[in-house]
Amino acid sequence: MTNPHTKDNTIARSNRRIIVIIVLVALGMFGLGFAVVPLYNVFCEVTGLSGKIRAEAAIEKPQGVDESREVTMEFVTALNQDTPLNFRVETPKLKIHPGQYYTVRFHAENLTDQVVTARAIPSVAPGTATQFLEKVECFCFSEQRFEPHQHRVLPVRFVIDAALPAEIRDITLSYTFFDISNKQQNSSTR
Amino acid sequence: MSASAATHDDHHDDHHDDHGPAKGFMRWVYTTNHKDIGTLYMITSLIMFMIGGAMALVIRLELFEPGMQYVDPGFFNQMTTLHALIMVFGAVMPAFAGMANWMIPIMIGAPDMALPRLNNWSFWLLPFGFVMLASTLFMEGGAPAAGWTLYPPLVLQTGDSFPFTIFTIHILGISSIMAAINIITTVLNMRAPGMTMMKLPLFVWTWVITAFLLIAVMPVFAGAVTMLLTDKYFGTSFFNAAGGGDPVLYQHLFWFFGHPEVYILILPSFGIISQIIPTFARKPLFGYSSMVYATASIGLLSFVVWAHHQYTVGMPIAGELYFTYATMLIAVPTGVKVFNWISTMWRGSMTFETPMLFAIAFVMLFTMGGFTGLMMSISPADLQYHDTYFIVAHFHYVLVPGSVFALMAGTYYWLPKWTGYMYDERLGKLHFWLTTISVNVTFFPQHFLGLAGMPRRIPDYAVQFAEFNAWSSVGAFVFGFSQLLFIYIIIKAVRGGQKATDEVWEGASEHGLEWQLPSPPPYHSWITAPFVK
Repeated sequence: MTNPHTKDNTIARSNRRIIVIIVLVALGMFGLGFAVVPLYNVFCEVTGLSGKIRAEAAIEKPQGVDESREVTMEFVTALNQDTPLNFRVETPKLKIHPGQYYTVRFHAENLTDQVVTARAIPSVAPGTATQFLEKVECFCFSEQRFEPHQHRVLPVRFVIDAALPAEIRDITLSYTFFDISNKQQNSSTR
Repeated sequence: MSASAATHDDHHDDHHDDHGPAKGFMRWVYTTNHKDIGTLYMITSLIMFMIGGAMALVIRLELFEPGMQYVDPGFFNQMTTLHALIMVFGAVMPAFAGMANWMIPIMIGAPDMALPRLNNWSFWLLPFGFVMLASTLFMEGGAPAAGWTLYPPLVLQTGDSFPFTIFTIHILGISSIMAAINIITTVLNMRAPGMTMMKLPLFVWTWVITAFLLIAVMPVFAGAVTMLLTDKYFGTSFFNAAGGGDPVLYQHLFWFFGHPEVYILILPSFGIISQIIPTFARKPLFGYSSMVYATASIGLLSFVVWAHHQYTVGMPIAGELYFTYATMLIAVPTGVKVFNWISTMWRGSMTFETPMLFAIAFVMLFTMGGFTGLMMSISPADLQYHDTYFIVAHFHYVLVPGSVFALMAGTYYWLPKWTGYMYDERLGKLHFWLTTISVNVTFFPQHFLGLAGMPRRIPDYAVQFAEFNAWSSVGAFVFGFSQLLFIYIIIKAVRGGQKATDEVWEGASEHGLEWQLPSPPPYHSWITAPFVK
């Protein structure tokens, strides 16, 4: 306190240090918000928490079929907002054995006179079953182009891994078609 | 706590007459004085409180009877959204920032805030932000109507007002972060000699912790809304499922901000109540250090419980269990605080002036709001309560008889210090009883509505809900118009009345440095720092 100017300078320096630290923390938290996006996607893919499925085809390889176990697969189709398609599944419900390969046929029809480009986003419930569902063939791997009034059959070939936890007896696989005709293919965030 | 330095106001005028407030309107624009800025914040907050309140009355008017009467559903949704945004960011947060500006330097024996010019800026951003938000009401497609949580994909359907809403949030966020920087720097560097951290008044402590929460979470919210903006206008797919994004990610980001945010809205209230109860019980606060640690634990726990707002989005059982237990854990430090307040009153020589009445009502009603929070922390039970009027009742019990009552208590408590005049005690008590009774009439029936299944954010409802809704609306109108009395009492005290003494409340000078300054304190106070024993 003997020299007030020294004290003022010390405080000013200390103030600056605190401000710098806090601003860095604030910027860091802003960045963290964005860093969370890829982390969240990785986390969800690894754990299957959000019911998101890897959009890659698995290779079909024969595995031990568990004949003693029966799992009910349900298939749900949905359209986002005004997607101008008719979209349904041939077999909404199927009893399956883990380890065996099945093919389910979906039908989609363009209801308009224009070309429609659409993308199907799959989702699995319960989310914990996601990592045991392997798809060899799926229309969800890429964009689908529909000529005016074109009707197309869209097969999905899949297997449920025999390692599926015993408490899971029902699995729902849903597809939602999003109309992306007006949007050029944008690089997704993942 | 006592200061040995004599108050130096007697010779203040001779030495510092050139430092008095400037004249005219520009005084308020250019001011870097913490008291002026505190006043500006609180006036803004009071205006926003009335605007947000008027919107609440539009909601309650429509809900007075089943069926559609006065407004169309789109406008109803705009009202619920704006009411929440304005009350959270416009009324409660600026009011606390205003009290922090006024009181923190005085309470810690500092001459002003550490960064006075930053302080000016952080206030003056607010009016621009709110004008921008209010202007959305007149835009094509109306104001934002997707709820204050701004969940995608719904919020992406907002019309022209969408970017204005996002920029408002950015501006308010920058303002809050600057206020937080200022408060932390002030408390760390500007304390009077002898004012150690563990001697800080609790209002200061709770604000320091609040400031840390603000710095940690406001940028996350800013980031999340920026992603909404780029999703809508720049073709990114952060939250767009068609492009590989996930709307649920937004909910995680939002509530990572949102849960600490609800503590940002309540922790300074805890501080105010912890100042008021000892004064009117004429006892030191019971368990000071446990209060500090409890506040800090609430702050830390707030970062790890966010997903209890999203039990219904689908979560593995382990996640539901974790968030249930972590959320329940918060009841422990909160309980510590409630018991400490009660112990402070135990065998105290209590008197019941208006600030104390509001403080006691706060303790009782906030505890009720806390208990309904506990009910909803139980994930299997929450599936029933989710998005019903039960949650509306819960958060209004913690925010209205919680935050808002603490603000009213603080206003009555410090108003004589700010203005130099006592407020009208008779009118203050009348305001208290009108407010307390009407707040319960408004929100208590909403618990039953929610348990019976009435959904929130819907302008119409099934006829069996009619009576409780009618009560709730009547309560809301009484509550709303009672606040005109509050404004009248404040204006009356500003204009004159019985002169307040320096300590204002009997024995208050033992409870804080602010009561050792004259009422009102000189424009520049504690130029010579007091020494705190």
